[in-house]
Amino acid sequence: MDSVHLDETRDPLLIAEDWKNTGRGVALATVVETWGSAPRPVGSHLVIDEDGNFHGSVSGGCVEGAVVSEAVDVIGTGDPKLLEFGVADETAWRVGLSCGGRIKVYVERLG
Amino acid sequence: MDVSCLKAVNAERRARRAVILLTEPATQAHRVIPEAEAAALGGELGEMVRKAFHTGQSGAVTADGRECFLNVYMPQPRLVVIGAVHISQALAPMAKVAGYPAEIIDPRTAFASPERFPDVELLAEWPEDALKARPLDGYTALAAVTHDPKIDDFALKAALDAGCFYVGALGSRKTHAKRAERLLAMGVGQDQIERIQAPIGVNIGALVPAEIAVAILAQVIEAFRSRGREARSAAA
Repeated sequence: MDSVHLDETRDPLLIAEDWKNTGRGVALATVVETWGSAPRPVGSHLVIDEDGNFHGSVSGGCVEGAVVSEAVDVIGTGDPKLLEFGVADETAWRVGLSCGGRIKVYVERLG
Repeated sequence: MDVSCLKAVNAERRARRAVILLTEPATQAHRVIPEAEAAALGGELGEMVRKAFHTGQSGAVTADGRECFLNVYMPQPRLVVIGAVHISQALAPMAKVAGYPAEIIDPRTAFASPERFPDVELLAEWPEDALKARPLDGYTALAAVTHDPKIDDFALKAALDAGCFYVGALGSRKTHAKRAERLLAMGVGQDQIERIQAPIGVNIGALVPAEIAVAILAQVIEAFRSRGREARSAAA
């Protein structure tokens, strides 16, 4: 099919499908809510495999590390998680958004 | 999420059709809603789905007492420029930066030369031929800038028929009045002719080709963000 207008090598949803087809465990993280200044808009995706490889982004690189490690758990258990990130000091996470915004990220396993 | 949902979403995206993936976190339920099915959806959910398609904005909604997340996937907008002219040389790279990748079509090979247009999708063909392989659609903008009726007119009619979200044509009011007569003779309706932005571009007093390119690109962005969807669905 003609997908000339989608970037097959960088599109997280196409990569997720491709990874799943090759038998990998895959999780999809999605920005579902933002407050204040947030680096990536609602709907942005990060795709993660069981080894921690990832594509896409849910922030400007600030919280990807934490999302990836949570996603590896989600792939193992199959239970989705709703993660919330704020500025670094205000959250239980060791990471945060230096821009001062807050984001909520939904992480689910691709079955 | 079941992989079949993802495959269904990707199939719509590959076909350049807008689609929504609905996620209900409480139940972990998912639903794929192609744009073509949105009109038939009732209740609060139907309203919210149609609004999401209209604005292109993803977000959490509460519909019919259930909390859902609607992720809207809109096709990548693109810009088809008829005419490998001086304006297009400035317009194509600007449009690419702004997220509206351009294709340039001009059968005059002296104009449509790779030297004049490095790093641009360039088709040295008649629009009649070039548009067959890469059809226009509601997520495409068309700017006709040759002001040569032999080249522009067919493309303008095709853009109106396909419901392009933006249709613009270079030329003075006098030139456009003649063009309107020709399009009417080709069977284009008056309401459709009124969709054409002519003279092309927002009125910023643009004088040189690069400034005209800015004016055109601004108008394309305005059309996409304000979504001439009513006009498009009327054309569909």
